[in-house]
Amino acid sequence: MRKYIIKRLLLSLVILFFVAFIIYALMRSLPTSYLETIARQKSMQPGSKTFEEWMEQLSATYGMDKGIIGGFFEWLGKFMTGNFGDSWFYTVPVFEKFKSVVWLSFIMGLISFVLELIIAIPLGIIAATKQYSKADYAISVFALAGISLPTFFFASLLKLVFCVKLGWFDLFGLMGRNYEQLDSVGKFFDKAHHLVLPITTLVVISVGSLMRYCRTNMLEVLNADYIRTARAKGLDERKVIYHHAFRNTLIPLVTMIGGSLPGLFSGALITETLYSIPGIGHTSYQAMVAGDIPFSMFYLVFMAILTLLGNLISDILYAVVDPRVRIA
Amino acid sequence: MSEDKEKKVNDAQDSQQFDLNDDRRVKVLSPGALVAKRFFRNRMAVVGLVILVAMFIFSFIGGLISPYSQDQLFYRTDMQSKEYASVKENTDFRYVNAPNQEFGSILQAQVFLAIQKQAETFTYKSVNYTLTKEGDDFYSIAQGGTTLGLAFKDIVSEAEKGITVSYDDQFAILKAYSNKQNEIEYKGSKYTIDEDGGVFKDGKEFGYVSPYIVNAAMNDVFLTREFKEELVEAVTNNGAEFKFVGEDGVEYSYDLKLNPASNVWSVLQEKETKVYDTYSFPSKTHWLGTDRNGMDMLTRLMYGGRVSLVIGFIVEAISTVLGVIMGGISGYFGKWVDNLIMRIVDIFYCIPSMPIIIILGAAMDAMRVDPTIRMVYLMLILGFLGWPGIARMVRGQILSLREQEFMTATEATGLSVSRRIFKHLVPNVIPQLIVSVTMGLGGTIITEATLSFLGLGVKFPFASWGNIINDVNDTFVLTNYWFIWIPAGVCLLTTVLAFNLVGDGLRDAFDPRMKR
Repeated sequence: MRKYIIKRLLLSLVILFFVAFIIYALMRSLPTSYLETIARQKSMQPGSKTFEEWMEQLSATYGMDKGIIGGFFEWLGKFMTGNFGDSWFYTVPVFEKFKSVVWLSFIMGLISFVLELIIAIPLGIIAATKQYSKADYAISVFALAGISLPTFFFASLLKLVFCVKLGWFDLFGLMGRNYEQLDSVGKFFDKAHHLVLPITTLVVISVGSLMRYCRTNMLEVLNADYIRTARAKGLDERKVIYHHAFRNTLIPLVTMIGGSLPGLFSGALITETLYSIPGIGHTSYQAMVAGDIPFSMFYLVFMAILTLLGNLISDILYAVVDPRVRIA
Repeated sequence: MSEDKEKKVNDAQDSQQFDLNDDRRVKVLSPGALVAKRFFRNRMAVVGLVILVAMFIFSFIGGLISPYSQDQLFYRTDMQSKEYASVKENTDFRYVNAPNQEFGSILQAQVFLAIQKQAETFTYKSVNYTLTKEGDDFYSIAQGGTTLGLAFKDIVSEAEKGITVSYDDQFAILKAYSNKQNEIEYKGSKYTIDEDGGVFKDGKEFGYVSPYIVNAAMNDVFLTREFKEELVEAVTNNGAEFKFVGEDGVEYSYDLKLNPASNVWSVLQEKETKVYDTYSFPSKTHWLGTDRNGMDMLTRLMYGGRVSLVIGFIVEAISTVLGVIMGGISGYFGKWVDNLIMRIVDIFYCIPSMPIIIILGAAMDAMRVDPTIRMVYLMLILGFLGWPGIARMVRGQILSLREQEFMTATEATGLSVSRRIFKHLVPNVIPQLIVSVTMGLGGTIITEATLSFLGLGVKFPFASWGNIINDVNDTFVLTNYWFIWIPAGVCLLTTVLAFNLVGDGLRDAFDPRMKR
């Protein structure tokens, strides 16, 4: 087991190296960047240097004057020592900005993930146990509709109904207009109030696939021989489903949940942007659109690490939860 | 001919009537027909298929039927208040220089100071100037006996087009007007000024004097004296409206508005103007209204569907071809080739695709890539980021297929490797491929729409369902114009849902063991 984990970790490092290199090469070879925008602005000012001279100076200042490979290894060296550079767009160290926004995204992600589980697992099991019933069809269509719903369209609909027509929520942002006048409890509830719609969006958009996953797995288990045996023994149907079948459904579920945990840190790029919630997703969206290389690099590599970590966790959990699985 | 054929068939049936092979006793369906039968038995999948067919007809044929084209602009006439003229009571000195004399702005300022001090002479840069008071608020400036120019407040205007008021005319008229004289003779001409400020030169109507400046907003409009006088009267009465009967006998009405900061009255005229028919509500001519640019929404929706569907198909085609080739090679050869390709797949899996596409979209924005080329790039990028999933699936299938007997048979018959992979292995993966492509289409369409929504995908003048909804970013549109974004969203939702339903149905039909 330990050998397997070590092997996987080493492999992940190699993959990460290449991923980082590809991303770095891509970011560097884009013909326009934040630097050019700044250089253009500066060269517009009366009596200023030419655009080329500004570009040269800024490239040297920001360490962009080296080639892609040289620049990459310099970046990698700094990254390894925990020096993630300064964000150009936010003009603060990348990690500082990251630290200040990531927890909001994590809390948002965690709440919606828990809600998804609470909704998806029971519904998935009901749909599987009552296969081909009306409930099954309703749940399946609901799940598929959730998967097919474009985030931005659903968010716009929610805004129209709850913000414009009913006036229950604000259209944008995390804090209300009178946030500064509130006491700490009031501040907490104000923020929570502003998070209701983003979390609803997240839950509805992603609950569908989880529900289908539950249903498929439950169906697979229900078709297994030991369930037939349990029924043949004359066990109560409830006991068959909630005692024998459900426990076995938990195996793939736990694996999947474990694998999704790192992803909670990655933030919801689109949803946060739609609601202007200053989480990691929205923050990096702005940085990326502005061509802020240090911040984008950090965010993309961070996402890649989360993906690798998620895969690793789910593979390990698979072996831990299910004693039948032995990994070499 | 047909009779012959029938006879032959009957003969064949007759001759086979007596052999009771198993395949003669039961009705035989080809595997394809079985799949179709199972598919059509699934009600939800059929609903999905119907929706898809409807969407295809809507987007591809609808665009041809629609009487409008995708970027046709519509106009409406609108009453708009436009500035017609402006009126201001002149309280500042105005200056004019005598012919062939220098009377610069610095000197003008010195003159103004001297007037304030009521001095008769002043010195500037050790040159002495004399200031003569010719009348009320009317001065002439001279240096060493030659007149340099005049400073005055009342304005002399010509009575009609074509008359030019010379310096001498101006001097004579102002001199008389500021001294409240009715007549003056100057340089051989006789000027008469009546009570209203009208000026006659040698008995002919020449111009008029007034302390108000009236300017037309447009260069080609000449304001008659009557108009100006009535306007001035209305302004002095602080009226909000002004009516004037023109030479053609038509009464025009104008709104008067005072700008307190500059003390200028603007005269606004309601005029019929042709404007873009933006955000008009659904009507008989435009079933879904018009959009921000004054284009027919329903037509845009049809063309948008075309773009969204075509992009979805091309992207899926690119990633499927790439995925099948890579997956096929990887699964067939195994060993280090497999290892290498699978690590590449791992790397691609790890690259966060949405952020990468956003970054590339923003870069294309900055480069001002042409919208058509941009669409091609978008398809290439999405296709190139989508292949690893398909490669992984194909490889997994081929790994198990290549161990089966029919592969040993192909090896024994000495078929070439590429033939073995692409003629014998890949066709066996086609069912799974069709399912994953159908499901993938929905996802691709959503990705494209999301990008277009963020303004980083398909760009104007092309429509796509995503960039139609983009208008919602304007909160006013979100609140007031549902017909702009809800139809596009519904189209998007139903299409993607239909793709998913059909994909589900196909999967169940291809592989009944996997049924739900």
